[in-house]
Amino acid sequence: MSAPQYKTVNFTLNGVETHKMIDVRSSLMDMLRDNYSLHSVKEGCAVGECGACTVLIDGEVFNACIYLAVWVEGKEVITTEGLTGPNGELSEVQQAFVDEFAVQCGFCTPGFVVAAEALIRSGKTYTRDQLRKNLAGNLCRCTGYENIINAVETALERHHAAKVNAKVE
Amino acid sequence: MYDMKALYEAESVDHAISLLVEHPEAMVLAAGSDVFIKLREGKLAGREFVSIYMLDEMRGVTLEEDGTIRIGSLTSFSHIVESEIIQEFIPVLADAVLMIGGPQIRNLGTIGGNTCNGVTSADSGATLLALDAEVELKSPEGVRIIPLSEFYIKPGVVDLRPAELQTALLIRKAAYDGYIGQHFIKYAMRNAMDIATLGCSVNVKLSDDKQVIEDCRIGFGVAGPVPMRLPQAEDTVRGEVISKDLIEAFGEATKHDVNPRTSWRATKEFRLHLIETMAMRCLTESIIKAGGVVE
Repeated sequence: MSAPQYKTVNFTLNGVETHKMIDVRSSLMDMLRDNYSLHSVKEGCAVGECGACTVLIDGEVFNACIYLAVWVEGKEVITTEGLTGPNGELSEVQQAFVDEFAVQCGFCTPGFVVAAEALIRSGKTYTRDQLRKNLAGNLCRCTGYENIINAVETALERHHAAKVNAKVE
Repeated sequence: MYDMKALYEAESVDHAISLLVEHPEAMVLAAGSDVFIKLREGKLAGREFVSIYMLDEMRGVTLEEDGTIRIGSLTSFSHIVESEIIQEFIPVLADAVLMIGGPQIRNLGTIGGNTCNGVTSADSGATLLALDAEVELKSPEGVRIIPLSEFYIKPGVVDLRPAELQTALLIRKAAYDGYIGQHFIKYAMRNAMDIATLGCSVNVKLSDDKQVIEDCRIGFGVAGPVPMRLPQAEDTVRGEVISKDLIEAFGEATKHDVNPRTSWRATKEFRLHLIETMAMRCLTESIIKAGGVVE
């Protein structure tokens, strides 16, 4: 490996503006784990197949393992840590994962939670087949996906029901 | 940490080209969904890279005054799928790129990277060829525009000259106007996150009474060393009255155009069988979508 080449990257991380001097060869995953201690960003396959390192960049899902840290300049990054409330309240997706027993070993869970969050934020509704297609970039080796899909379905149902209730009130 | 010798971040298209002139050994890094994986494997270890990922001027789908659909080379697959222009005029391209990887990969991967890689299994290749796409290239010598069919040279090699950058893919109005029957089929072992065993893209233009195929174009991925058109199959149906026999003749003719190989994904014999079947199905679907009937 060659000599380090440093650069400052300015971005918004979980709602907070930040900047960090980093080696330009770092992946986004390296920076989030090593420089920000955000360990929900898991290193699974490291080649963009398993989705364990999924983060939101400007509202879209990306694998942090195949993305350069310097490329988030000026962008908004959200990890699972950024989804919980100020006092540790669980997000709609996280609560649904708890309620539906959608977790076994838990390694893939943060990636799934972020991927599901993107679906919630899209404001769209999804059939079960569409959910499978939209979560195809995340692998789980324990659950067989059934409870995960149930959880995302529940989160979406609750989210849309809450929106309807809000309109009624 | 990726094993790069150096990374040069381009600030504009012209800056990217001057960086490529300055560093002739450097590789262009678009979104890196293939490059980073090769780096992990050690294949590109120690190389220099010119990153063009931050160049938003190379993103987006636009409709030019003469009706040309211009797709910036860095447009992600997701943005192609969402583009109203693509959905209205060439929905088959959206269908094709929606088969790539999963959401994370489609948000990252770019149509320019997919074509510049020069791999036969690229899901966009067959469709772009079947739409007579052209490639816009920029270098210190200026801009040149060539057909995509000439851009592909051999596996992994495309007609990119020193310090040249692919800036856009162009689809002319004449290439899509009236071609309302469009269909794409990907054959792979899994429904997602898989590389194509074969990819087939067909578009047809029917006569006003929907009885005759005025024009038909078919592109295939993995039917040969690079994505290819099937000229003999196209000639078989052009100007002919639609019938079941014609569809079968079309399938039969594909054999003369293709040159698939045996790989761990499929044998040559299996691929030949698939090519015939997929071509017939794809043509039938295209005719139906264009308002025709196959009896």
